[in-house]
Amino acid sequence: MKSPDFSYVRATSLDEALAMLADSEDAVILAGGQSLVAALNLRLQAPELVIDINHIPGLDRIELAEGKLRIGPLVRHAQLMASAEAARALPLIAQALPHVAHPAIRNRGTTCGSLAYGDPAAEMPACAVALDATLVLASRDGTREVPARDFYDGLYETRRAPHEMLIEARFPAAPEGARAMFAELAVRRGDFASLGLAGQLHLDAGAIAAFDLVAFASEPAPHLLTGVAELALGQRPDARLAADLAQAVAEAVDPLESPLATPAMRRRQYRALAERCLRDAMELADA
Amino acid sequence: MPDDLIRFTLNGRRIAVPSTRGHLGDLLRHELGETGTHIGCEHGVCGACNVVMDGRVTRSCLTLAVQVDGAEIETIEHAGNDRCGAALQDAFVARNAFQCGYCTPGMIMTARELLSENAAPGRAEIRDAISGNLCRCTGYQAIVEAISDAAEALRETADD
Repeated sequence: MKSPDFSYVRATSLDEALAMLADSEDAVILAGGQSLVAALNLRLQAPELVIDINHIPGLDRIELAEGKLRIGPLVRHAQLMASAEAARALPLIAQALPHVAHPAIRNRGTTCGSLAYGDPAAEMPACAVALDATLVLASRDGTREVPARDFYDGLYETRRAPHEMLIEARFPAAPEGARAMFAELAVRRGDFASLGLAGQLHLDAGAIAAFDLVAFASEPAPHLLTGVAELALGQRPDARLAADLAQAVAEAVDPLESPLATPAMRRRQYRALAERCLRDAMELADA
Repeated sequence: MPDDLIRFTLNGRRIAVPSTRGHLGDLLRHELGETGTHIGCEHGVCGACNVVMDGRVTRSCLTLAVQVDGAEIETIEHAGNDRCGAALQDAFVARNAFQCGYCTPGMIMTARELLSENAAPGRAEIRDAISGNLCRCTGYQAIVEAISDAAEALRETADD
């Protein structure tokens, strides 16, 4: 289909973009456009004004300072994937990025755009919740910081107000030796996941000292599995623990009814997927 | 765009066309008659419309026409002009890597970016790279083989 009619403006500064966002009743930010233009073509969205931020200088920075990796609003998935610094600081993101759509989409799509859009099947919001990232929202009136763990309310529902723009995602760099947990189930590589897990664990003196795991895609918003973390903390990784935690994941998730699978089937898929990625992260031999 | 024209470079030619609200794929096909770029799903799933924008493969259906003002666009019409594009075209023909041909322009644009970054991709890497390009005829095997053959041919001629 073809998009509905809209006005288009190319912003030359962040202040200008924020002013236009504040002055319009119904404006959207165009960054990578890989979700927005699809939604326009499908007429799922019909904004009055599209504000293109692609020509604002300085928004494409990836910066590591004081133990935080800061990702600007025009950093493309492909750019983040190519950053050795980002891969070292955020092993979970490095593991998840190849699952974000396809090369052509990653060339244009932005990480902040994905975080702001809040697609339930998207990998980046799940990683942001797992890693306890901070999202920086700006409007003409100033900026505010929202923890990713408070940002996602439901299907495409976030705490971002219509006149706000996500101008930075700030991720705490992983501690030395942190291990990423990532797995998803999709009909083809890069397609929307039907369910997935994203997380990170950290061992101290052989015992699990930190454990954060998020289930995504099968529920309206990323679901931080705090109960599973409680079972994991202080334990020593072994095959038995991986199996017990996988069972706990299957019990903790709350999959939506779908034409493709019943919630019971999704729980079984979660158990298998969780055991696989927990064993990988615990560096256990294949069962 | 003060005079409401979109100015960009298309396959080395400078172009100025009246602004339109549609996407880049429609601009290429409808306004400029460059019909090598194929439009399939118009929501980013099929990859038939892939072009190169400022050096990177991009979905033309997910790029607004107005966004290309000032950009450099390369399409399948131009891809055969370089060694890599020509090698891919030869290999696609030799391997019968298409039947209806609808996906072929997008496949070749995608494969060209893969081979520019990885001179010797394995079968799994090729499949991963073209995961965003749907083909409903071939079952992909011939396409994977063609890309692998093209990579090999390029490595051999590079040694000469």
